[in-house]
Amino acid sequence: MEQVIFTERANQIVRKDGAVDFTIACNRDSLAGAVSQRACVFCGSRVVLYPIADALHLVHGPIGCAAYTWDIRGALSSGPELHRLSFSTDLKEKDVIFGGEKKLYQALTELIARHKPSAAFVYSTCIVGIIGDDLNAVAKRVEAEQGIPVIPVASEGFKGNKREGYHAACKALSKLVGRGDVSAVSPLSVNILGDFNLAGEIWIIKDYYQRMGVEVVATLTGDGRVADIEKAHGAALNVVQCSGATQDLAVMMQETYGTPFIRASYFGIEDMSQALYDVAKFFAEKDPGIMDRAKALVRDELSMLYPKLQEYKKDLKGKKAAVYVGGAFKAFSLVKSFRHLGMDVVVVGSQTGTEEDYKELAAITDEGTIIVDDANPLELSAFIKEKDVDIFVGGVKERPIAFKLGVGFCDHNHERKEALEGFAGMLNFAREVHATVMSPVWRFTPRRSGKAASAATSCTSPERPCDCAEVK
Amino acid sequence: MKDGSPFVSTTNACKLCTPLGACLAFKGIEGCVPFLHGSQGCATYMRRYIISHFREPVDIASSALGEKNAIYGGGANLKKGLLNVMDKYGAKAIGLATTCLTETIGDDVKMILSEFRSEFGDLSLPAILPVSTPSYSGTHMDGFTGALRAAVDVLAGEEKTPAVNVLSGFVSPEDIRHLKTICRAFCLPATILPDYSDTLDGGAWEEYEKISPGGTPIAAIRAMGGAPASLEFGRTLDPARTAGGLLEERFGVKRLGLGLPIGLRETDAFMAALEELSGRCLPRALGAERARLVDALVDGHKYVAGKRCLIYGEEDLAVGLASFAAEIGLVPVLVASGGSSGRLTSAVAAVSGDILREQPQVASGVDFYEIADKAKTLAPDLILGNSKGYRVLAKELNVPLVRVGFPIHDRFGASRVIHLGYRGAQSLFDRVANALIEKKQADSDIGYGYI
Ligand code: SF4
Ligand code: SF4
Repeated sequence: MEQVIFTERANQIVRKDGAVDFTIACNRDSLAGAVSQRACVFCGSRVVLYPIADALHLVHGPIGCAAYTWDIRGALSSGPELHRLSFSTDLKEKDVIFGGEKKLYQALTELIARHKPSAAFVYSTCIVGIIGDDLNAVAKRVEAEQGIPVIPVASEGFKGNKREGYHAACKALSKLVGRGDVSAVSPLSVNILGDFNLAGEIWIIKDYYQRMGVEVVATLTGDGRVADIEKAHGAALNVVQCSGATQDLAVMMQETYGTPFIRASYFGIEDMSQALYDVAKFFAEKDPGIMDRAKALVRDELSMLYPKLQEYKKDLKGKKAAVYVGGAFKAFSLVKSFRHLGMDVVVVGSQTGTEEDYKELAAITDEGTIIVDDANPLELSAFIKEKDVDIFVGGVKERPIAFKLGVGFCDHNHERKEALEGFAGMLNFAREVHATVMSPVWRFTPRRSGKAASAATSCTSPERPCDCAEVK
Repeated sequence: MKDGSPFVSTTNACKLCTPLGACLAFKGIEGCVPFLHGSQGCATYMRRYIISHFREPVDIASSALGEKNAIYGGGANLKKGLLNVMDKYGAKAIGLATTCLTETIGDDVKMILSEFRSEFGDLSLPAILPVSTPSYSGTHMDGFTGALRAAVDVLAGEEKTPAVNVLSGFVSPEDIRHLKTICRAFCLPATILPDYSDTLDGGAWEEYEKISPGGTPIAAIRAMGGAPASLEFGRTLDPARTAGGLLEERFGVKRLGLGLPIGLRETDAFMAALEELSGRCLPRALGAERARLVDALVDGHKYVAGKRCLIYGEEDLAVGLASFAAEIGLVPVLVASGGSSGRLTSAVAAVSGDILREQPQVASGVDFYEIADKAKTLAPDLILGNSKGYRVLAKELNVPLVRVGFPIHDRFGASRVIHLGYRGAQSLFDRVANALIEKKQADSDIGYGYI
């Protein structure tokens, strides 16, 4: 059943075979005509910067780019919610011909007057890259006139995929960092990077750090505030989650301010605990009691979580999962989380993983697991069938593929409404997996019942015609 | 450009971009894969947006242009992409829409396609339906209408058919199914274009279907030039830009322009046209639906009487809703749309002028910020529109929102919302009355057990 659908993509798909050295092609441009699940540079920048709740996010371009990103992500704010509005310069034909700088200037000026944001981000879209508006000049002028940071984001969509967008966003963020006064910041302090506070997740993580006695200076960018980000260089450590999104910022801050960083994942039991231990280890010299506090915290949380997980595991043992997510780092945690539920991940892939990411995935998965870079609906559906999985973890674009084929689904993307991070999140994850995998509805779907449920199929039994038109 | 608005920026758009509409229309053609000539992002965003409403697979291919193509032209990628879609999807037709990027760099799609045809003429090529859809002029409705005109332009011929053309506009899959039932009741063969009633609201599958089954058959579109007549819904349409207009210009197929049959009177007009075309009188089942509707309007009129309602959405939908609102006794206070055909005001007046004492405010080319701004002083009791107005209008004003049209991203069953015909009007009326009742019940401390 190992058919190759797009020959050009053959080396972006690997079946794990321990006897052979692992290689995979990745970080390529998407193939023309294949329906890639990827987005664009702009999307990457938007994802990273969007949760900054007291900033104005103005999309400079035609209306679609802004309309499709209006309040679509569950990034929560504990205060202002300016990020949930969608601002666009809504470029028209004449702007495309004569340039959009004047319109951009007016738009920024009127929106800043109306909403009094703490900063403004201006995103470039594809056609802005073509018509050649000078965003820097406009931003500088408005910044001088309005007295708030106005930061252009070089996110022209065609310049690559989401990764380049992350980079552009990090560059934009680095222009905010360093502006604030850090004299009051504790020596036991961190910034949380690469978490977007979906369904309030960053509040869970922040609470853990605070219980350990660590001050959180800035959250980047979930529940983010401009003033906190301006003080971020005062923190002793950057804790960076996710493979790509904010790593570049951590590197920039290390170069400019000497702030060290560690990587972390807050999904699943091992990775969550490890993150807390790593932070504790970092501060152990300054505060010898911190490791004990971290351990106690993990113990408390686990003693509540464990028995409940066992209940779910009873039902889920031996079931199979397919995982297709944006960044590969999330995939690592998911492979481990499924193990806790007694399940195996048999297909795993990402939109933007790197060679090392895929090597690491190959190392932690079982023989025969399909590992894929930048997949498309035809491939994903073929893998689901080949491996006969019970659940598919992905985003909204993957959901109908799973459901059409009679497979359970868990939304692990930016639109999720359930917190999946932390120990509490692991329980939510287990509950969600259980709810979908164990649903009685699968037995009625054609894949399981062997019966085509589609009314579109024509009459199969001439003796018992299904339509009166067929009665002679 | 916006009626009386000093703002240059758009906040919370009440419209979508042109190619999205084109993709939706192409989904209603059998064996057709929508294809966007542009960068990858646009296609992915539109897919996500459409999927969240219909909850069905929506594959939209893209020529996935990168930086080099943006500078040197996207012809090579477009050809490669077309070949891939032909080969992997086995498409019978490819609906090819441009995007802002390829329009701006000035890719000559016509020329690229003629090169493509001469280079690969030896292969059996699908029908390629090209439509120009720069988003910086127009909205998704222009893309929708343009795509249908493109399809007819490429495919339609003169071969005679008894089937009447029904160009039903941007309606729900349930609406399309209902239109089929109606035509069948009149024993009137009909070609409904586009027909995404199965492709965007289909059954469960055994095997992954590369192209969702269903859609207006290509052979039927080929015969549209030989049809006895076309019914085209939408009072704000300009026939010079529609499929129905083209069929009339080129093949002399008589075009009957009607409003979307929303509510009693617009449906009556539709039925009258069908009676004329079929030579039959109103079928009994439909007559019974009409009778029940009128009875319900009487039974429920007090719940809705004089309630102020705010309407927004695509222009033709908004006109239909305004007509319906007026005839059931609601008072439309604002009819708003992100579209700007220039015909909204006159269309609203035409459908409600003889009922309403005072014409509602009509706003075209507006965004939700402006609608919300106006709403503050208009104090509506009820809102009719898509789900995008939930947070910024309905929640803000604490007023019920009856969800209609597209998108409905925050409720289940969007594909099965029915707007058209007597049955659609019945459903809308029940929902409107219940929304008002529910609000009254919820706001009262008494805990009314009957209302
Ligand atoms: S660039 Fe144009 S076509 Fe693409 S999403 Fe933006 S508005 Fe739509
Ligand atoms: S136009 Fe460019 S920036 Fe906008 S959505 Fe499309 S690819 Fe992304």
